[in-house]
Amino acid sequence: MKIRIKNGRVVDPASGLDQQLDIYITAGHIVGMGSEPAGFHANAEIDAAGLVVCPGLVDLSVRLREPGLEYMATLESEMHAAAVGGITSLACPPDTDPPLDEPGLVEMLKFRAKNSPGPRVYPIGALTWKLKGERLTEMAELHEAGCMAFSQADAPIVDTTVLLRAMEYAYTFGFPLWLRPQDYYLARDGVVHDGVVSARFGLPSIPVPAETVALQTILLLVRETKARVHLCRLSSRAGVEMVRRAKEDGLPVTCDVGIHHVHLSEMDTSDFNSNCHLIPPLRSQRDRDAIRQALKDGVIDCICSDHAPVDANAKEKPFQESEAGATGVELLLPLTLKWAAEAGLSLTQALDRVTRRPAAILGVDAGQLAVGKPADLCLFDPAADWTVSNKTLASLGKNSPFLGLELQGRVRYTVIDGHIDFKAARD
Amino acid sequence: MTANLQLTEDGRLRHLLTLEGLPKRILTQILDTAESFVSVGEREVKKVPLLRGKAVFNLFFENSTRTRTTFEIAAKRLSADVINLNIATSATNKGETLLDTVANLSAMQADMFVVRHASSGAPHLIARHVAPHISVVNAGDGRCAHPTQGLLDMFTIRHYKGAFHNLRVAIVGDVLHSRVARSQIHALTTLGCPEVRVVAPRTLLPRDVDSMGVHVHYTMATGIKDCDVIIMLRLQNERMQGALLPSAGEYYKYWGLTQDKLKLARPDAIVMHPGPMNRGVEIDSGVADGKHSVILPQVTFGIAVRMAVMSMVAGGGA
Repeated sequence: MKIRIKNGRVVDPASGLDQQLDIYITAGHIVGMGSEPAGFHANAEIDAAGLVVCPGLVDLSVRLREPGLEYMATLESEMHAAAVGGITSLACPPDTDPPLDEPGLVEMLKFRAKNSPGPRVYPIGALTWKLKGERLTEMAELHEAGCMAFSQADAPIVDTTVLLRAMEYAYTFGFPLWLRPQDYYLARDGVVHDGVVSARFGLPSIPVPAETVALQTILLLVRETKARVHLCRLSSRAGVEMVRRAKEDGLPVTCDVGIHHVHLSEMDTSDFNSNCHLIPPLRSQRDRDAIRQALKDGVIDCICSDHAPVDANAKEKPFQESEAGATGVELLLPLTLKWAAEAGLSLTQALDRVTRRPAAILGVDAGQLAVGKPADLCLFDPAADWTVSNKTLASLGKNSPFLGLELQGRVRYTVIDGHIDFKAARD
Repeated sequence: MTANLQLTEDGRLRHLLTLEGLPKRILTQILDTAESFVSVGEREVKKVPLLRGKAVFNLFFENSTRTRTTFEIAAKRLSADVINLNIATSATNKGETLLDTVANLSAMQADMFVVRHASSGAPHLIARHVAPHISVVNAGDGRCAHPTQGLLDMFTIRHYKGAFHNLRVAIVGDVLHSRVARSQIHALTTLGCPEVRVVAPRTLLPRDVDSMGVHVHYTMATGIKDCDVIIMLRLQNERMQGALLPSAGEYYKYWGLTQDKLKLARPDAIVMHPGPMNRGVEIDSGVADGKHSVILPQVTFGIAVRMAVMSMVAGGGA
């Protein structure tokens, strides 16, 4: 397959490129940018006039709900939805059923994903057996099966010794751990931030120290072990400040935030909207402002969708009984653009948070446009308005806090491994 | 948003889910309407025909005797047909979802659901999904709201004190877990009470409780000093677990209402309790039965207030 993408505005955060030029693709790779390679005969051509051509998005947390949770969504449906969202590489957390704690499961997932259209799928292995926080998994075996990193997803490690051992063992091989800081006891049965909304509604709450106490433990153990740790889904101002200091001290840590936490706060839960039941909880407006600032100044490295499709039955419940999570793969790009516009950042700076930087954290050759690089691209119309609705979302999960709202920026083509994986019907 | 759900387009009460966000006009209207129903209970024939032919379903997903009974009496005095469903022991145990249960009961020609549920917001969820002719009255949801209790407490205060604008009110005890306290706070602040205090150890107060417009006191010495109204909250035994409190004994010593502590309040102070009481835990028997106590009148007024709410949401009585 040889594709020529012409007339597009090419934005590549890795090189700082932002200009109109044509891109030439052959056999899954970019073979030319600007000038046509000798002897190139395109068998497909995309006219990208009016579109931004950027590296395909790299999303560090996408739940495909397989194996075991197909009643919520399927691997095919969510990989397709991710492609609709312009995502070309994704990491899936190990909280499937059963969890990704043995090589056979990982190989099966990789095999299923490889044989489906859609993005490249990178499983994150379970850090402990059954995610119970007790026994380490066979990390080296899991790595051979394709795991890029190891994580507990949202399951706790209550025993700090297990966490210490996990870091030491992972350090042996140089594997990164992806950890979401949350103290089990302080979080317990909570469903909302411990703040004004929980005071008014009496909903069980999760205080900020649930994040900071766990974060402090993780950072002290990183200092001790020098293990590489990626901190997932920061939610609080105090947490952000701790990461800022840790980075200044030179600790090998990176961190991300979920896209919903960039835009929403606890106030959005104040009509019992279970689509705003998220993990971690949406916190105060001050916390959200600190997250936005840290994202701007680089303390928070990147944004992920934290995609969690949930079936309607599991959401149409009283808030505290509802399943947590929001569908996100199709909102990652428009909501990132919205944040950047509000924060006064350029398109290059915005896209950096969802392409080059997450690719570097995942440790894959993706997230940039250059000759010789894999042909994973996203072509979007930055001016296109669309309304988030049951109909416009391709994901089987219609659980979005943004339902009914209009967003700007719509993906028109997604090219993965040199193939046009998704092409929008013109509206 | 919640306020909109509770009111019709022309500003009448459609559901009663929470007192938060309800305008003062509506609260006052409920109290005034209740006033007219108090005498019904004193008549020989304790009935008015306002809800004749209407089917009121008591949906109690959480056990309750007292509240269910007062709703039942109120509905019957309005001549409604009352169907009591103790769902805590039936359908949902068979795996039926809340909305399916409600859909099934709606199909039985219900006109009103009186709902108690262990999860905050459950009545809101039901109200969003019922047919337009069905009203929902919250009889207590999780730790969120118990609006008819809050209203009967306001009725009681107004009955004994006449007005709210010159009152100092203390709510004492487990505010954190109390839907009653939340409804009282919203009602008192809406009705213009200038000083609402909460008095408890910090473990029993929501972290940002001051955002609700109350003054926080940790001791009874400052908390009930010069108060006109003292509302004692029930302390559940399970609060002794989970490190909220060391013991019932220590709680009683520091936050229990005794005759001695009561002297700190104004001489004409009234003492209230939503019941059921734990004598010797949050309140001394002498106080509960003493001359300041209006605990039993609260119960009586509760029926009139529930009649008022039911008649108003069903479209009459106003």
